[in-house]
Amino acid sequence: MSAVEVAGRVLVAIVQVAVVTALAPIVMGVTRQTRARLEGRAGAGVGQPWRDLRKLWRKRPIRATGTTAVGVVAPLVLLASGLVAGALVPLVVAAPLPQVPGDLFVVVSALLVGTVALALLGLDAGTAFGGMGSSRHMMIAALVEPTVLMAVYALSIPVGSSTLSLIVAARRDDPATIASPAGVLAVVALAVVVLAETGRLPVDNPATHLELTMVHEAMVLETSGPDLAWVELGSWLRLTVLLGLVANLMVPWGVAGGASPGALLLGVVALAAKVVLLGAALGAGEVAMAKLRLFRVPELLAGSFALAFLAVTASYLVA
Amino acid sequence: MTAPLVAQLALALVAVLAAVAAPDRIRGAVAGTATLATAAAGAWAGVLALGGATGALEVPSALPGVVLRLAPDRLGGLFMLVAGVVGAAVAVYAIGYAHGVTASRTQWAALPVFLLGMQLVPAAGDLVAFLLAWELMAGGSTVLVLAEHSRRAQTREAALWYAVTTHLSMLAILGGFAVLAAQTGATDFAGLAAADPRSAAASLAFVLLAVGFGTKAGVVPLHVWLPRAHPEAPSHASAAMSAAMVKMGVYGLLLVTLRLLPGGPTWWAAVLVGVGALSAVYGILQAAVASDLKRLLAYSTSENVGLIVLALGMALLLRDEADAPASLALLACLLLVVSHAAFKTTLFLGAGAVLRATGERDLDRLGGLAHRMPWTTAAFGLGALGAAALPVTGGFVAEWTLLQAMIHAAEPGERVVAATVPLALGVIALTAGLALLTFVKAFGIAFLARPRSLGAETAREVPVGMRVAMVASGVAVVGLGVAPGPVAAGLAQAVGVDGVGSAGLGGVTLDGVGAVLDPVALAVLSVAVVLPAIVASAVLARRRPRTVGAPAWGCGRIRTSPRMQYTATSYAEPLMRVFDDALQPTRDIEVTHVAESQYLADRVQYSQRVDDVVEVRLYAPVIRVADRVADAARRVQNGSITRYLAFAFAALVVVLVVVSR
Repeated sequence: MSAVEVAGRVLVAIVQVAVVTALAPIVMGVTRQTRARLEGRAGAGVGQPWRDLRKLWRKRPIRATGTTAVGVVAPLVLLASGLVAGALVPLVVAAPLPQVPGDLFVVVSALLVGTVALALLGLDAGTAFGGMGSSRHMMIAALVEPTVLMAVYALSIPVGSSTLSLIVAARRDDPATIASPAGVLAVVALAVVVLAETGRLPVDNPATHLELTMVHEAMVLETSGPDLAWVELGSWLRLTVLLGLVANLMVPWGVAGGASPGALLLGVVALAAKVVLLGAALGAGEVAMAKLRLFRVPELLAGSFALAFLAVTASYLVA
Repeated sequence: MTAPLVAQLALALVAVLAAVAAPDRIRGAVAGTATLATAAAGAWAGVLALGGATGALEVPSALPGVVLRLAPDRLGGLFMLVAGVVGAAVAVYAIGYAHGVTASRTQWAALPVFLLGMQLVPAAGDLVAFLLAWELMAGGSTVLVLAEHSRRAQTREAALWYAVTTHLSMLAILGGFAVLAAQTGATDFAGLAAADPRSAAASLAFVLLAVGFGTKAGVVPLHVWLPRAHPEAPSHASAAMSAAMVKMGVYGLLLVTLRLLPGGPTWWAAVLVGVGALSAVYGILQAAVASDLKRLLAYSTSENVGLIVLALGMALLLRDEADAPASLALLACLLLVVSHAAFKTTLFLGAGAVLRATGERDLDRLGGLAHRMPWTTAAFGLGALGAAALPVTGGFVAEWTLLQAMIHAAEPGERVVAATVPLALGVIALTAGLALLTFVKAFGIAFLARPRSLGAETAREVPVGMRVAMVASGVAVVGLGVAPGPVAAGLAQAVGVDGVGSAGLGGVTLDGVGAVLDPVALAVLSVAVVLPAIVASAVLARRRPRTVGAPAWGCGRIRTSPRMQYTATSYAEPLMRVFDDALQPTRDIEVTHVAESQYLADRVQYSQRVDDVVEVRLYAPVIRVADRVADAARRVQNGSITRYLAFAFAALVVVLVVVSR
């Protein structure tokens, strides 16, 4: 690979990270706004998450006494994990970075690093709430893991590689695989775990501050100011990246194959349209749904694991 | 090749003599240094053998015609190296750690004997040397487990369990080798390899050897000694046992399946995969709900050995179907061995430091150690990262390789593989998820938050020697993850796997499946993307008012008690509920009422205990029967000397009758 080509790929990755970072708060705003409108409220507007971030950046952070460096480092690690996932997942362009192809196992591990950082942040202050959120968060993460890998496995069998951009490109070039039983089952399973991973209904209610149901909010109770801004941005990035991944697996068209400006622009527009639509759908869906009891969540995850397992067997035996 | 082996034997002798002869005050320093030198000589021999050096050391014995042959091959060299490096870290650590009863003459003499035995097992070239080294290892470690028997009754019980299981495993191994030796008439490994692996005798030998080596490796359901012996042994001994000794069981399995009986039937592989999967899930499930730090680590060893055995089984299973994935699975098996050795050493040494500083092993009584023990915290954190298989550590590289091998495992249509591989993948994923929870719990509860007991509140950082050993092994965990290329290339050489290349700075490529992993590039990418945020944070911090500290939110109360925090037990409670049927905990709630009214509770006491289901269901009945038989035997053995003389006479008559026929 020539130096120019490498530089091109890196430039593309930078564009993709920038676009995803700019989009993440907007996707969140769209989700909240849709929800507000459907519930009969006026809503704060699509730009409110960005305004929240600006407000938080200006605030003076308050740290609970007795906390450690984890309080400072964990928000940045969470952010980094979201950004790395944003750089590796084929959102705008389906062309792997040199040396760091978007290997699905690597992407999953990068996200797990963020999960762990958040869980440690919850434990750091030594409050009952933080520990509770952290414990529930890790339980869900542990049970989500098998489904994620199983879905990855199912998706990678037809392509013969776990590199995400190859999977997306293969689906784009051969649309028949999208509608194959294995492909559909795997994407549905993946969609369920995305909800669990990002703390959306029916697994966690992002709008609650009731101790019986909190997961994510319980962990960030002691975080404030810019630290909180990084945590929020990191979680939103995670949601946007995973939504974008699901969108590109379902509708792989519009993803650029090369680094030409026209294709890039199309890729950016297509991505924005897809994730905003999915965000709105997520908001609409959440209005109609109640949160599951915490101990019913494993049943949901077991269901999605079964789907993913069926997908694997289908791709072995049907294909 | 002979020089380091001779040096090793000589240095071990020096270490034992030093331990026995040196006065109390300097015993640790002298014997520890000699032990360190022994371990280093073993590592040196390992490096030479791994590099392909040949040559054998033949030690004559008192029996005519019996010669002990030490001739490590490449694979043996790898295990010698692992045992040597772990032994060196343990020796350095022990100098600072051992005190009181753990620094006695016996204890300091047992350590080099144990380490020597452990390094000679993979060096052995024939059965006699192998079994002798195996017994040195078993005997030395049993003495080490017994170190603190005068303080705690559980230690005696643990040592009894350990001694019994380790000798039963020895019996099984002896039986297995005897079957092979009877088949081939040889006692050296090259000669034993002539046995036909498809014969019934070979299968019998495989089962016996798998049981024997599996017991030493601690696979479920043969793991019962592990969660007893590891917590009770002094921490440096637990580290050596968990990081290196159980690997000798793995070495035994590799020896049998790769060198002695290659090409065995498929069901051998299926058994290994099944046992490995069971061990992995059961081990990590028990670890996730354990609140004793060392017991948690012991169960995690069962989990990791399970993954190793699973990888080995996968390699054997795929050998006929798909060549490249099979070699990768074998490579993953060795990567798991090496990375587990690194992070388990770190974690056990860290647990020992915590135990020494606080006097506590129970996570429910720890907390807040990050402020008082920064070095231990850092080292334990690195170890925990490795155990949770997160990037960029050796654990991550190993699991990544295994997953790569598995997703490329099969062409559509092969039934056995199509059924086994997805299930095994699910097991690995569940194990990885639970490991994450386990080590977040272990690290977060012990080192973060507020102290939950006086011991944790008054903890002091441990001496320099212990810190050096801990941090060095912690760095090794990350080193294996940052530069997997050279490591993987070395390991691939040990088992004759090709198709492993290097990429970038220390990255690894798996040519057979077209996968690449470059941790340095990944780390650079992570730092690069988050750099703007770090810069922004720094700029913002300069502009805005200074950060202030305030008490954590106490729901309206000003200062909450540390007892209100989540403990390790409460942390695992949701998981306990989800896996209630598999773990079968016993819970007890005791309510004391106020004398005046039934409806007012004076105090409520909640207790919960998780017993090992396998032990209760499988071993307890057997032990009961054994006890009954022993009681019955007591009628024959009543201590009367005349009766014993009568027995001896009867036996003599029987022998004479048999011989004269």
